[in-house]
Amino acid sequence: MSDIALRMEHIYKKFRKGETYNSLRDLLPAITGKMFRGQELNAGDVREFWALQDISFEVKRGEALGIIGRNGAGKSTALKILSRIMKPTKGLMVVNGRLSALLEVTAGFHPDLTGMENIFLHGTILGMSKREIQSKLDQIIAFSGLEEFIETPVKRYSSGMYARLGFSVAAHVDPDVLVVDEVLSVGDFVFQQRCMDRIRSIIKAGTTVLFVSHNLKSVTEICERSMLLEHGKMLLLAETNTVIQEYLKSPVTLATPQENRPVLLSSVRVRDDSGEQTTFESGQTAWVDIEVTARERVDKLAISLWLRDEREYEIFDTSTERLGCGSITLQPGQSYRCTFELTLNVAHGKFELCTEAFQCELEKIYDHKVPAATLFVGSSMAVRGAVNCFPRVIESLVCNGGTKCTTITSLSNPLEL
Amino acid sequence: MKEELQELYKYRELLYMITYRDIKVRYKQSIMGFLWAILMPILIVMSGIVVRYAYAMVGHAPLKTADIAEVAIKSIPWAFIVSSIRFSCNSLTNNRDLVVKIYFPKEIFPMAAVLACFFDFLVACAALVIFLVVAKIGLSIYLLWVPVLLVTVVMMCVGIGMLVSAASLFFRDVKYIVEIFLTFGIFFTPVFYNIRMLGDRGKLLLLNPIAPLLEGLSATVVHHQSPDVHWYLYSLVFSLAAFLGGFILFKDLEPAFAESI
Repeated sequence: MSDIALRMEHIYKKFRKGETYNSLRDLLPAITGKMFRGQELNAGDVREFWALQDISFEVKRGEALGIIGRNGAGKSTALKILSRIMKPTKGLMVVNGRLSALLEVTAGFHPDLTGMENIFLHGTILGMSKREIQSKLDQIIAFSGLEEFIETPVKRYSSGMYARLGFSVAAHVDPDVLVVDEVLSVGDFVFQQRCMDRIRSIIKAGTTVLFVSHNLKSVTEICERSMLLEHGKMLLLAETNTVIQEYLKSPVTLATPQENRPVLLSSVRVRDDSGEQTTFESGQTAWVDIEVTARERVDKLAISLWLRDEREYEIFDTSTERLGCGSITLQPGQSYRCTFELTLNVAHGKFELCTEAFQCELEKIYDHKVPAATLFVGSSMAVRGAVNCFPRVIESLVCNGGTKCTTITSLSNPLEL
Repeated sequence: MKEELQELYKYRELLYMITYRDIKVRYKQSIMGFLWAILMPILIVMSGIVVRYAYAMVGHAPLKTADIAEVAIKSIPWAFIVSSIRFSCNSLTNNRDLVVKIYFPKEIFPMAAVLACFFDFLVACAALVIFLVVAKIGLSIYLLWVPVLLVTVVMMCVGIGMLVSAASLFFRDVKYIVEIFLTFGIFFTPVFYNIRMLGDRGKLLLLNPIAPLLEGLSATVVHHQSPDVHWYLYSLVFSLAAFLGGFILFKDLEPAFAESI
């Protein structure tokens, strides 16, 4: 076998926008109209656009390739072509071996069947044999953590349980090529990280992976090389870090403040002790300088600041008012500056810093920047979750019937990096 | 074609699973459970008996047990044909998520729909066998024709099922047209009557490819005769053509499913 697991050559995909005939009642008159009056079928309604244009790449066996791009860049179309759900308009695609796609982890579920029955159903839909499922059954159930509910119809599951079971089945397919979409936006934080661990171990086992995500952190962790898609074209195929830098360079459209706002957030800057900065170490101190300008007279002004993680969960929130700055009154043309000091006790990850200028009595929002900045927080500690509690083990003993203890290791402080 | 059949063979367990799902869900959802499988056949048989009774009254001939057996042996396969075509017609549109999101041979859906209905058919057949025993219809060597005839029926249903399921994916009103055909088809098919009742012109109805098969079933089971082999071959050719044509067309259209559904 060749060492190329997957190859796309000059793949194009065209979509048709607008109305097409989806009932015979509309189609037949249109056809007869064409025959007798020479009218064009679908006249004036064929708007085509290219979802993908000239995509060519190769993935070596055991390699993980990331696909990065904004919404509408063509990522999903690329995945659908890869997983053979759609056929390209032009071009050639070669896949060596069994390909499995984690596009939608619960598509195969039927709500009336029990968890157990759904494992078999979904497993076979994903291409596993019954015997294969049987042999992995315990693993699958254990991974999902749903032992107690496995005989319950899945319609009684919460959406998190649903997704957990779906991922557990999908993660045990053992394909030669695995295509992963944003499936990791399911389940709670801890389960998501378990999913990432599973994907990492799948890669370690030598599986070729194509990974599509908005989550730059996961892409960096998993993929050495990445591809940047924009408007259906491949802009760049290079090392992930280079690609991410390029991706972040392209402008992000912020909610632009309307002209008639009485107060404008004129600048938001994040810095560390050496200057403007976006990457931090967990536990480091960051300063956020915020400046607002007033166009009209405002009173009881306050500035709030919050952090959210990649799934847009708010993990932290504060404001000048709550921190005791009192209410601020501004005259037209005046500006106000404040600096927040934050200790970034957050775990490894990408966080968005958002800010808002509002009237504290009426809770009226004057202006906001969501997000105002993106912070990359690095940590070499083995913590999972949203916060970093700086854990360490200060004692680790094996006890012998109560009295005699042996110290296994004497641990130094792992924090001192 | 060969590759596609091989792929289908590779996914045979999935066909089994989807069939199992369809059966299980149907029986779980309905309070009547297994009764569901025999309710529609019973209704058709009852209406057949009413029709035959009317014939008997007009013709001043007594209604014989064999006549009732004949109606029953033809009604139950007819019920199967109707429900399998109806069910497979919606099989792709009802599984939208799977059609759009996961790759596997999609003909599994109409096939599983037909097989799930075939399961209902078997349940109804068990009831039918009891009736035939009570009615003292008896056995004969010609019963060996029954599986042959049934396979032809199933193949035809699968073929038509693939055609209509794909068609109704592209055109939403196909299912209404199919429904009309299924409702009125019974008048053009010798289910409640047999072609002899219509005299020489009755032969015309045998052009309906389902007719020779139903006539064949009643000939072999009730009358202990061989079916009309020439007409059977006619149905077989039609059935093969429906299956192959349906399969080829289905496979041809399959790549466009995900975008069009």
